[in-house]
Amino acid sequence: MAGYKGSSINPKKFEKSQIKLIVAVSPLAVLMLLPIIFIFCHAFKPMDELFAFPPRFFVTRPTLDNFRGLLKASQTSGIPMSRYVFNSMVVTLSDVILSIVLSTSAGFALSKLKFKGKEALMEINNMALMFVPVAVMIPRYLVINALGMTNNYLAHILPLLAMPVSLFLVKQFIDQIPDALIDAAYMDGATDLVVYRKIILPMVKPAIATSAILAFQQVWANVESSNLYMNEDGLRTLAFYMNTLANANNTVAGQGIAAAATLIMFVPNLVMFIFCQKSIMNTMAHSGIK
Amino acid sequence: MSQTANKAEGTIALKSVSAGKRKNNIGKRENANPAAKWFLAPYLLLFITFIIVPMVIAIGLSFTNFNTIEFPDFAGFMNYINLITQDEIFMQYVLPNTVVYVLIVGVGGYILSFFLAWILAQLSKVPRTILALIFYSPSMTSGVAMTVLWKIIFTGDQTGYLNSILMKLGFITEPIVWLVDTRYLLPIVIIVALWSSMGVGFLAMMAGILNADEELYEAGAIDGIKNRFQEMIYITVPTMKPQMLFGAVMAVVNTFSNGAIGVALTGTNPTPGYSAQLIVNHIEDYGFIRYEMGYAAAVSVVLLLIVWLFSTMAKKLFSEKD
Repeated sequence: MAGYKGSSINPKKFEKSQIKLIVAVSPLAVLMLLPIIFIFCHAFKPMDELFAFPPRFFVTRPTLDNFRGLLKASQTSGIPMSRYVFNSMVVTLSDVILSIVLSTSAGFALSKLKFKGKEALMEINNMALMFVPVAVMIPRYLVINALGMTNNYLAHILPLLAMPVSLFLVKQFIDQIPDALIDAAYMDGATDLVVYRKIILPMVKPAIATSAILAFQQVWANVESSNLYMNEDGLRTLAFYMNTLANANNTVAGQGIAAAATLIMFVPNLVMFIFCQKSIMNTMAHSGIK
Repeated sequence: MSQTANKAEGTIALKSVSAGKRKNNIGKRENANPAAKWFLAPYLLLFITFIIVPMVIAIGLSFTNFNTIEFPDFAGFMNYINLITQDEIFMQYVLPNTVVYVLIVGVGGYILSFFLAWILAQLSKVPRTILALIFYSPSMTSGVAMTVLWKIIFTGDQTGYLNSILMKLGFITEPIVWLVDTRYLLPIVIIVALWSSMGVGFLAMMAGILNADEELYEAGAIDGIKNRFQEMIYITVPTMKPQMLFGAVMAVVNTFSNGAIGVALTGTNPTPGYSAQLIVNHIEDYGFIRYEMGYAAAVSVVLLLIVWLFSTMAKKLFSEKD
């Protein structure tokens, strides 16, 4: 057939034929993008634009009033916002770093070290990919209680550390490292720990970036742990505080503050993804479940 | 694969003695590398404590009556029998809502994300990256974290953005109380969930399509593939089955994890008239509001079974083992 000119997958350069594809997806792209543009606009709207009737979508005179309002709101609440920010930083950083350590070390063992029950373990982890945390929120709550971790930072961090998806992606990535390379290191007398640190970690950087992002997305916006396991406000996270702001202020003035809060929660995700998107796509290429 | 490897081990071990140098250091650790358990232990410990144990507890509690204060007493299959025969809310609202929600957000969202990935894979790098970012970004924070945004858009009086636009365009004359009206709540929950459904699975499928061997496509063209659609059915999908499966599992997980949106939007559990009550909300309702933990655990087990069922179906569809 004359119309078919061979594969069009992954073209090297832009061609005219691609324009109609872009046109085809752009209505959907616009629909998906609108809410995000909206939250950006809304967060920077001055009071009179928030109150404007009929409501306007775009911001015409952007201000930082809403962000100032956000700071003020926290001054009256008894616990300074810096406290929530500090909690979130501690929790997020430790969760991201520790979950990377866990996933890469377990992935190394599952991919390159030989021991009994390895395949079975991988199979169990693959099953756990479909694990839905909300289904076990009650027993998890009971476990945390039984371990005496209520009102403890650990309750924020530990439940989220073991991420089957991260382990799976990292393990798939380590599978790509040739055994010969690792053998050579062992020949030179390297211990397992040295192989892990000097060979595995540097070679799986893309997978590390990906699992860092997945861990970050999960922990940064997590309100469940603050809701269920923390009774003291001083131990709760920024996500929790932003969430209460968002729910409490349904007045028009509060909406601007809530939008600013949502934006603060959203932007770090966006920035991280933009910086790591190449690594992520690289990791995803090995994401198939065989 | 493991079993055959294990069986073969014995014979290979004999041969390798004579082979001498062929045996490598990984091979020496064939049976048990003592270091392996130290690399695995931290992950396994947390995996067992926060994923396996809670699942076992959920199954155990589902056979009891438990109000969180007294020790749980054994109730046999009572919770499950009640769920099927007595729980009108579950049968009348929760189950049908969940089925509709899963079909549209889970299955529909999955098909949509595949098509989008397929289309984007045919673009050159710059437009592809920009569009991928647009489709992926809503899923970065869960739909629940974006509640504010939707509350503002769906405000129920004429100052609401959607009402205002629809009234200006003449579609409606009276503002609609979106988040209270039982007719619109489930569709809104579905739209918000769909909006944030182009997640990791979408990226994985796109990477899968991009990584396909170009020679396959050339061979396909020689063998008489006539258009892009045939190319997709006969070459693209078969070569990326593993990614399709990963995407499907992620879609199932994402769909059920986003189930809390209805409650977040309306601010009440149960949602008005149970109109957007999903199985996840039902668990929360019984577990943390009524403190009937045994019953909530039974519903949790049903949820886990549903998730397992969907993932098994996906495996049947895309498994390469056959």
